[in-house]
Amino acid sequence: MFITLNGDPFELEQPLSVADLLARLAIDPRRVAVEHNLAILKRQAFGEAIVREGDTIEIVNFVGGG
Amino acid sequence: MVDTAFVIAGRTFRSRLIVGTGKYSSHAVMAQAHAAAGADMVTVAVRRVNISDRSRESLLDYIDTSTIFILPNTAGCYTADEAVRTARLGREAGLSNWVKLEVIGDERTLFPDNEALLEATRTLVREGFVVLPYTNDDPIACRKLEDAGAAAVMPLGAPIGSGLGIQNVNNIRIIREFARVPVIVDAGVGTASDAALAMELGADGVLMNTAIAGAQEPIAMAEAMKHAVIAGRLAFLAGRIPRKSYATASSPVEGVVGR
Repeated sequence: MFITLNGDPFELEQPLSVADLLARLAIDPRRVAVEHNLAILKRQAFGEAIVREGDTIEIVNFVGGG
Repeated sequence: MVDTAFVIAGRTFRSRLIVGTGKYSSHAVMAQAHAAAGADMVTVAVRRVNISDRSRESLLDYIDTSTIFILPNTAGCYTADEAVRTARLGREAGLSNWVKLEVIGDERTLFPDNEALLEATRTLVREGFVVLPYTNDDPIACRKLEDAGAAAVMPLGAPIGSGLGIQNVNNIRIIREFARVPVIVDAGVGTASDAALAMELGADGVLMNTAIAGAQEPIAMAEAMKHAVIAGRLAFLAGRIPRKSYATASSPVEGVVGR
């Protein structure tokens, strides 16, 4: 199944939680914010939010800027 | 001479110099520059995690968040909706509900779209954010932002990264005279004298990124800026002499030998 992850197609074998997706990507959940189908997720909800086929996920973090 | 505290939204900052985290040659140089500048607030941008390239070090590893306050910006946003979305994401990334709000009106000048900025300010203030809007040197725009609930106003000195210094000295002075919230000159500072001038005009603080990160020796420039902001503030508090067209001698005119 495909989702859109940070603007690009991303393949997953089956639905999984946002928490599991972050773990698979080796992303520290404490350092990011996540948007699931345009809704910003609270960090406590990462374990319950399930990513399904066709979903759009945005994972952002802080980078250098002025 | 004792200064009043630099307080924004009830939070006191020791340093009136706010520094960015962008454009440094490395995170390590950035950290040294922050230390040399004596900054206790730095700005950061909110961007997508690079999924494919995970090798880049995390910015936050180089900022001690127990001593330095992080201010997320909404750089790169051209509409109120984009800026509000970015601000919300920045808040959810977990450090605070503060935001340096930018809504850009034009790609070449990076001048703010004040109309959209005002709309985004109203929305974010309603949602409980502490909003520090990057705006232009228009006292009326600043007044509207303050009335909309901005915690400070941040008029530009000149275009971002231009190094042109304070382009409209009189307007910055007027903005400080009218404003009842802190005024932070943000953008366009090129060298130490620009920062000192901003403070001499009465600004409560100065925010800069390129002036330090783009200098040939960023750490030395960071230290220069620290002194410049302190010197400018002290000069402002000390009350300068008036400007005159003609001379008034400093040494006595009587008693000159041979006269």
